[in-house]
Amino acid sequence: MISRIYVTPKGKVNFINSYLISHKLGNEKISKIAEALTNSILEDFSINKFPSVKGFTYAIEIGFKPGVTDNVGHTVKETITDLLHLKNNSDLAVYTSKIFLIYDHVNEDKVKEIAFSLHNPLIERSYIASFKEIKKKNGFPLKVPEVIFKKTIPVIKVPLSKMTDEELEQIGKMGIMENNGLHRGPLALDLSSMKVIKEHFKKLKREPTDIEIESLAQTWSEHCKHTIFANPIDDIKDGLYKTYIKGATNLIRKNKKKKDFCVSVFNDNSGGIVFDKNYLITHKVETHNSPSALDPFGGAITGIVGVNRDTIGFGLGAKPVANVYGFCFGNPYDTRPLFRDKDLKNKMLLPKRIMEGVIKGINVGGNCSGIPTLSGFVHYDDRYRGKPLVFAGTVGIIPRKINGKFSHLKKARKGDYVVVVGGRVGADGIHGATFSSVAMDSNSPATAVQIGDPITQKKLSDAIVKEARDMNLYNSITDNGAGGISCSVAEMAKECGGVKVYLEKVPLKYPGLRPWEIWISESQERMTLAVPKGKWEVFHKLMESRGVEAFVIGEFTNSGKAVVQWKGKTIMDIDMEFLHNGLPKHMLTTAPVVYKNTEPILKIQKSYTEILEKLLGNKNINGFSFISEQYDHEVQGSSVLKPLSGAGRINTDAQVFSPVLNSNKGVVLASSVYPSYGDISTYHMAACAIDTAIRNIISAGGTLSELAILDNFCWCSSYDQKRLKQLVGAVKACYDYAIGYGTPFISGKDSMFNDFKGYDEKGNFVAISIPPTLLISAISIMPNISKTVSPEFKNSGDVIYLLGETYDELGGGEYFKMLNFIGNNVPKVNLKKNLKTYRVAERLISDELIRSTISVASGGLGIALAKACVGGMIGCKISLEKLVGNAKSTDVKLFSESQGRILVSVAPKNIKQFEKIIKDIPCTKLGKTTKDGKVIVLDEKLARRGGKKMIETTVKKLHGIYHSFSNSMK
Amino acid sequence: MKKTKVKIHSKISVPTAKKPRIIIMSGYGLNCEEETKFAFEWAGTKKNVLADIVHINDLIKKPKILSTYDILVFPGGFSYGDDTGSGKAYANKFKNHLSKELGEFLSRDTLAIGICNGFQIMTNLGILPGGLTYNKNGKYIDRWVDLEIVSSPRHDETSSPWLKGIKAISLPIAHGEGNYVINEKNYKNLKKNNQVAFTYVKGEITKFQNLDYNPNGSDFCIAGVLAYNGRVLGMMPHPERAMFAHQSPLWQINKNKQKEGAGLQIFKNAINYFKKNTET
Repeated sequence: MISRIYVTPKGKVNFINSYLISHKLGNEKISKIAEALTNSILEDFSINKFPSVKGFTYAIEIGFKPGVTDNVGHTVKETITDLLHLKNNSDLAVYTSKIFLIYDHVNEDKVKEIAFSLHNPLIERSYIASFKEIKKKNGFPLKVPEVIFKKTIPVIKVPLSKMTDEELEQIGKMGIMENNGLHRGPLALDLSSMKVIKEHFKKLKREPTDIEIESLAQTWSEHCKHTIFANPIDDIKDGLYKTYIKGATNLIRKNKKKKDFCVSVFNDNSGGIVFDKNYLITHKVETHNSPSALDPFGGAITGIVGVNRDTIGFGLGAKPVANVYGFCFGNPYDTRPLFRDKDLKNKMLLPKRIMEGVIKGINVGGNCSGIPTLSGFVHYDDRYRGKPLVFAGTVGIIPRKINGKFSHLKKARKGDYVVVVGGRVGADGIHGATFSSVAMDSNSPATAVQIGDPITQKKLSDAIVKEARDMNLYNSITDNGAGGISCSVAEMAKECGGVKVYLEKVPLKYPGLRPWEIWISESQERMTLAVPKGKWEVFHKLMESRGVEAFVIGEFTNSGKAVVQWKGKTIMDIDMEFLHNGLPKHMLTTAPVVYKNTEPILKIQKSYTEILEKLLGNKNINGFSFISEQYDHEVQGSSVLKPLSGAGRINTDAQVFSPVLNSNKGVVLASSVYPSYGDISTYHMAACAIDTAIRNIISAGGTLSELAILDNFCWCSSYDQKRLKQLVGAVKACYDYAIGYGTPFISGKDSMFNDFKGYDEKGNFVAISIPPTLLISAISIMPNISKTVSPEFKNSGDVIYLLGETYDELGGGEYFKMLNFIGNNVPKVNLKKNLKTYRVAERLISDELIRSTISVASGGLGIALAKACVGGMIGCKISLEKLVGNAKSTDVKLFSESQGRILVSVAPKNIKQFEKIIKDIPCTKLGKTTKDGKVIVLDEKLARRGGKKMIETTVKKLHGIYHSFSNSMK
Repeated sequence: MKKTKVKIHSKISVPTAKKPRIIIMSGYGLNCEEETKFAFEWAGTKKNVLADIVHINDLIKKPKILSTYDILVFPGGFSYGDDTGSGKAYANKFKNHLSKELGEFLSRDTLAIGICNGFQIMTNLGILPGGLTYNKNGKYIDRWVDLEIVSSPRHDETSSPWLKGIKAISLPIAHGEGNYVINEKNYKNLKKNNQVAFTYVKGEITKFQNLDYNPNGSDFCIAGVLAYNGRVLGMMPHPERAMFAHQSPLWQINKNKQKEGAGLQIFKNAINYFKKNTET
């Protein structure tokens, strides 16, 4: 029997909640349920009868497509089961939807347009009904969107031995062919890999099964094996990762000797460093670009909730204590339609829609999990129109020892149960790993999209890191991310040397999934554990009492094989060695890149006021409080320096929090990304990203000696030799500057194919690749949070200084971009000088001699000054005449993005001590903060040529400009 | 019938006559239990209080333990992800299994507090008046607000032990459904019975950052309400997120060495209430 409960808010009704329930309960119980779903002060309900709302013209129902995660439906099912004390709820199903009411008199097309703006056809369904129709039918139809699979053969053999290279190539590209002649979707295996597989099974004198090939494709995918960083490239035999990233960290750790604070780097789900004698701090930053392009909300929420599991999966399980995010979007005002297919049916979402969805995804994922979303950035460039970049990261904390054992060490043992906890498995997220390893086009599979369920994961997370972990109930734990259990189980099996899985024991969301689908599905909120047989009962009881599902799906062995059975029949039997190391090496080569950019001719302006104001209004420099304030950054009671600071609420470049409430120690977070510098040199792009991330940390009060960094490379068309050359350049800079600053890489991730291939509205082919992008995230431990310094000016009458030197380095910067130039003088990092400056800054902060510090970055000194004023709502009067460095023109002095500079303000009483400490580093005394609220910049040299005041404006006006973009997005 | 001993995993303290015992609910997406526990223990200088975090399923297994506690806390969080309406699903579960015990608890001389999601749960339980719905701008918001404690006309003091000695306070909010709804008639009753705990006002911080003082559009600017003669308090703002001085947006401009923040007083008040009781 099917019933529909409508729950309608009191007052003017814009939407109605609908609960479509298929059940065997009877009317009396249904009305009892309706009452439980209604807060009588706020809402009314009706059953199978459309609420008596008047005056609307159309109603649009938006619900999920069959099989898409319906979190609310899940909660309602739990509520009903609990309310009626049902022993068995297997014949109960709940499908939720929202019904939006349109009151204007609009035509059908307009309604369709509205409906499209309300949902994403990829995962949601819409149903439009006019007022008349609803009255006639007395409501919406009672039809449930359940998943029904066609009967299919569970396992098929793939006759590789008979296949030609063409056929092998086609399978590698488009997937195994079904009996109906259709391909399953990308394996992302190239010919040489397919040949290796063919040869391997030839030796075994048998054909592989579909699940064996799917499993190899997952484990060998770029996403999992990072082949571009692993393979030899030019004369770099050991590959980029081993030589330069891990290489840098190893050397730094050696040099630091006893001061080495790295504990577990690169070999676990997150990187772990020492917090104090009792705790480790972990960090990991992921990308979730491809899914976010298809379903921005689902992509982003699975991104953040997924990276939380990299924390829970660190060592024996760390507790998430902070989320970080980073967004690279196309221009939100860009409305050109783009299509994935030639017949213009498969429309791309517009940048603004992607932006809103992604922001909401991180909002729901972070807020619902009770993890402060503290640190983040947003960057805009037209080249992110085809694929947005969505970075999501999580910082965790874990006791160094648990039950007397080091918490970062774990090992599955022979005989341990393979246990999966958390969500059930559905068709969602199939081919996610392989799909993110290819360019996006019309073949991009919809099933690659998932929707996260933060509450299911919160229950799981609490039960593991707050209870099971300390009860010593398991030997090993890891995340189920890309590739699902096919990857997580195979990974963990390395620890003991083999595994045997009984696939029919894996719990499903709905019947009909085939073994290979169950094996590689990326359904969310799942972790894999190795539980000793003797502890299973206690573990299982604990999970049950926390509302968390846990199932034994197999056993770890030392057979040297990964074996999968289906209802007693062995359907996969692969040597661990071949599974993990069978992937053929590729020799990568690069080709030189020549940059030729025209240099703008800058003429001397009488006033730079308008230029500064225009630059401050630029969305890459403007504030983004509209994002920061919708993310809960104060939960867990740990926040010290928040995303927004001062009377003018400017966005901070670094954030500070204290994860251990009864300790004065703090953690400082910052990040940096300079995509446009890569248009001149990816080497300097990387160098500047590292320098800025470090500088942001130092400016807030972090310490260089306990500072670690993370790399996230987002590249494009990575088989193009020129792109690879750019990659090598960036990676070499990572090595040089990480070592130079003594800041080790502790974790990293890459996403190498951020390209879009599609068509414009006229059907012309369009290819958009992102600019090579390197995100550097930095994390540092600070001894005493009370020393934290915020960026905004504090008092009038304080003296303003600029630490560091200013050079003619406008190339690739925001000022040139505003003039539609790239230029050539990209900022370069002077290691020796900057190191000195940063050490002095550290001392100044620990001696509490500075009132404010702001790191000078995008937009240069002019913008840093404007932000410091807006933040404090305090004016300033400064002169640029004596600026240290080689800057001549006012453009350069104001907007050059030279690295290594920090703008500080000092209380008069501290000047003497301050100047004593800075005497050995380049520093310019600029002027004073003023109470009149005027922002005045003089440049005497030019004043003689009639320039007078270069800038004259008010902090009030700048405040309005600084928040203009953010306010327009609210 | 053989009675089998029920085993639960939450750590339960041993009751003692002297120290007030606090039960802080957890589970299904509540997430502020740890810092709230810390606030109570710090306010009570740890040795003077016993605070337990108890999972709702454990309380359902052993409902009787509720009768051994003095303070019941529904902390902030996102129980059931706000699905079907904030606080509703958790309240339903509590009602289905623990109505009797809750009634008994409130009939004793006890205290109870609901913070943010906890407040939403309490209104859905029907132990606090009014309801909470979507913020007027439809968006989740995290920022600070200024609150004025509404004092009862007779003695110019609040009638609630929770708020003793507090006239005004600034605290952070972080919610998507903090818009307090109550009709004219019931509001009159609230006023009459001194059941309005705080209202949003233009104060120190909203002036400093020039922000709207009633960010979620609550009726009559109500931020928190009282019941059971002021022993039960529900509030959207988070006092535990203002227990340290450095948590305030004003800290950077007037840094002082003092560690305590304004929010801690609310937790101290609760503990002092029982100190007095044991003294007299």
